[in-house]
Amino acid sequence: MPGEDIVLRTEALQKSFGSLEVARSVSIELPRGARHALIGPNGAGKTTLINLITGQIRPDSGKIFLEGRDVTQMDVAGRVRHGVTRTFQINELFPNLTPLEAVTLAVCEREDLAGQFWRPLTAQKAAIDEAFDILTQLQLADVATRPTRTLSYGQKRLMEIALALATRPKVLLLDEPAAGVPKDESAMLFSVIAALPADMSVLFIEHDMSLVFKFSSQIVVLVGGGVLLQAEPDVVRRDPRVREVYLGQAGYV
Amino acid sequence: MTTVSQAATDPHSWLRGQSRWSYFEIAFWVIALLPFYFFPTYLTLASQIAITALFAISVDLVLGYAGIITLGHAMFFGLGAYAAGLITKAGWGEPLTGLVFAGAFAALIGFLTSFIIVRVRHLALIMITLGLGFLTLELANAMSWLTGGADGLRGVDVWPIFGWFEFDLWGYTAYSYSLIVLFLGVVAARRIVHSAFGLSLRGVRENLTRMPAIGSPYRFHLQKIYTISAALAGVAGALLTQTTETVSLETLSFQRSADIVVMLILGGTGRLYGGIIGAIIFMVARDQLSGMNPQYWYFWIGLLLMAVILVMPNGILGGLSRLAGRRS
Amino acid sequence: MVGNLVIVIFDGLAFGMLLFVLSVGLSVTLGLMNFVNLAHGAFAMLGGYLAIVAMRQLGLPFLAALPVAFLGAALISVLFERALFRRLYRADALNQVLFTIGLVFVAAASAAYLFGTGQQPIQLPGYLQGVVEIGGMRFGVYRMFLIVVALAITVLLVLGLDYTRFGAQVRASVDNQRAAQGLGLNVDTIFAVTFAVGSGLAGLGGALAIEMVGLDPSFGFHYLVYVLIVVSVGGLGSIAGSFVAAVVLGVCDVAGKYFVPEIGSFLIYLLLVGILFVRPQGLFGKR
Repeated sequence: MPGEDIVLRTEALQKSFGSLEVARSVSIELPRGARHALIGPNGAGKTTLINLITGQIRPDSGKIFLEGRDVTQMDVAGRVRHGVTRTFQINELFPNLTPLEAVTLAVCEREDLAGQFWRPLTAQKAAIDEAFDILTQLQLADVATRPTRTLSYGQKRLMEIALALATRPKVLLLDEPAAGVPKDESAMLFSVIAALPADMSVLFIEHDMSLVFKFSSQIVVLVGGGVLLQAEPDVVRRDPRVREVYLGQAGYV
Repeated sequence: MTTVSQAATDPHSWLRGQSRWSYFEIAFWVIALLPFYFFPTYLTLASQIAITALFAISVDLVLGYAGIITLGHAMFFGLGAYAAGLITKAGWGEPLTGLVFAGAFAALIGFLTSFIIVRVRHLALIMITLGLGFLTLELANAMSWLTGGADGLRGVDVWPIFGWFEFDLWGYTAYSYSLIVLFLGVVAARRIVHSAFGLSLRGVRENLTRMPAIGSPYRFHLQKIYTISAALAGVAGALLTQTTETVSLETLSFQRSADIVVMLILGGTGRLYGGIIGAIIFMVARDQLSGMNPQYWYFWIGLLLMAVILVMPNGILGGLSRLAGRRS
Repeated sequence: MVGNLVIVIFDGLAFGMLLFVLSVGLSVTLGLMNFVNLAHGAFAMLGGYLAIVAMRQLGLPFLAALPVAFLGAALISVLFERALFRRLYRADALNQVLFTIGLVFVAAASAAYLFGTGQQPIQLPGYLQGVVEIGGMRFGVYRMFLIVVALAITVLLVLGLDYTRFGAQVRASVDNQRAAQGLGLNVDTIFAVTFAVGSGLAGLGGALAIEMVGLDPSFGFHYLVYVLIVVSVGGLGSIAGSFVAAVVLGVCDVAGKYFVPEIGSFLIYLLLVGILFVRPQGLFGKR
């Protein structure tokens, strides 16, 4: 669509593990402020796509553009610094750091303060304040000074998002943010996601179709490593192919 | 604990509380002065313990804080020891500049090898540190024209500290000197540990997968701490040279690398004082049991090591702090 | 000069074969469980002492003492595995390393207590002694025997892994433990058996080593370094890798000590660091 501000664009991403094609010519676009959902049956290559976009996996061919700039050769940390951040489906937290320490660390890394070994951490006042603001925003302020491992599971899922937010992403990729969270809590998690800054582009993987339809502005349907369809929720809901390969099969609708 | 609810309102004061000197620490340094008055015959041993404790702290920085497993850190201790010895043979016996020189030399080698260290993990990492340790030992052995080889470096002549305090036979100067340097080392290590950089090291240890995902150039962090640690180990080695006026190949040996890790594990990693406590226990026990055949000494060390790992994975200090935590 | 070279290569090959028998078990178990077992060398030493006891106390001939070394080391190692090591599979590498180093300390001290600190002499049967002269070069009979035994073990291992059901299970578990577990394989049992066979081979290696490199309480430590070099350079879980690495190390070690004795061991460690720098996963390793 001309005129629209595309923040992230992938161009014919291709990746195989041996004879298994996990990404087949994947081209997607993420406009600024998007709330896009990434759906598809198990093994469709959803997490692989996130790994490709964030750099955990290198594509065999194809390109990734962030605000028009080719980042395909950049490593994971480099992409984060340019604004592409992800969360993990299985928690990747710092068990013995407190949320306050962990988020402060992420802020310090972003501001290139984490190499300073002579200034006390307590002197990084701005970073600490920002970290505490993020935790407050995610309702984690009460547990900010407890070791992360002692948090409830739902709070740990929020920590995943808090760490990602501390990098000030332009593009936020959420890999099943509500995975394993009870249904009533997952709605609360998604309301947090809905309240993210309007200029942040979000792509999330989610299996619960009611949440997908409620919170996404567009849906990318991935099947067998390739994009079947990228369209508005209503179009996806009515598409017979989607019903067949995904919705019908999984017993939804 | 009541601190939690307070901290929820003020993150700054909670973080300040984390880095404050505790009463235990202050008490420890007061106790460290006791040998001067109560055990004057053990000052030489006390000096050796202080030196070993400094070495243990250098290892704790990489192993306990950054999670880099090393079985070859004696290489930096030994390089520092030889550097401090050789500079006196070159005609400069001033001890403080000798320390700086030895630390800088070890840091240089640490920086160079850090490029290899950050590339590898797990078994390969253990093997690289082990290999570099043996490499240095063999090199020092082969370069006997410089190092004296298996006979050790003779004729080390250290001038009095500030041109005044001579190294005496009873070890008054040696212990005072080692203790002060150890104290400065602890102050420096504390400062590093409680900085933003120290936090990033803990991040590396806690979850290496997450670090790049928050944009961390963690390999630079690891190279930096490895270099700092090498410098500290080099200073410890130099202290040994200056207080004993000899250098032997043993300073570079695998035995020393392994012993220091054992002490650290016994005391508890990632808490600075763990290495000090471990060094005290290990060296006092070895001194008291010196009549024992070294073979049997290692029987008990081995047994203790296995027991600590199975029962108290966080070492003696870790176990104590858990007990204390349970009570309160 | 050419004759010297041939003999050095022959001796190096024999030493390499010995290293292979000592190491291959650790390579497979490390590939399987990622458990860094530094006590592997201690099981080798155990095999050596068991062979000595079998020959001296029980009066068994050398060839009969070898299976004793194998079985004894296998049995005792699996007891340790079941009772102690398995608690550490989920621990970090450092704890595994230190726990097993602790065991090496204890083993060395126990050996010194029971057998003294000296080298253990061994009486070989006549047909394994002496040398064979070919083209003016003298080849040790025992070294030939060592090479033959090691090659036979290699063939057995490769065949066993490639063509038996159990071998397929081991390969599947090395490849992807979670998937293997998902397929209903009992990884626990597979590991215990593999561990026993691997340590048994180390024990056999220990017995075979007595004649060539001697046996004393420091054996577990001394040869541990060689074993670890073979395993890390060869790549975890790779029999071919261990074989190549063992041969290269054996030949380089003997050649280095023969031709450039001053820096021979220096070269070995340089090689180790160099190879791991270029290929951290080892020559044949996948990870």
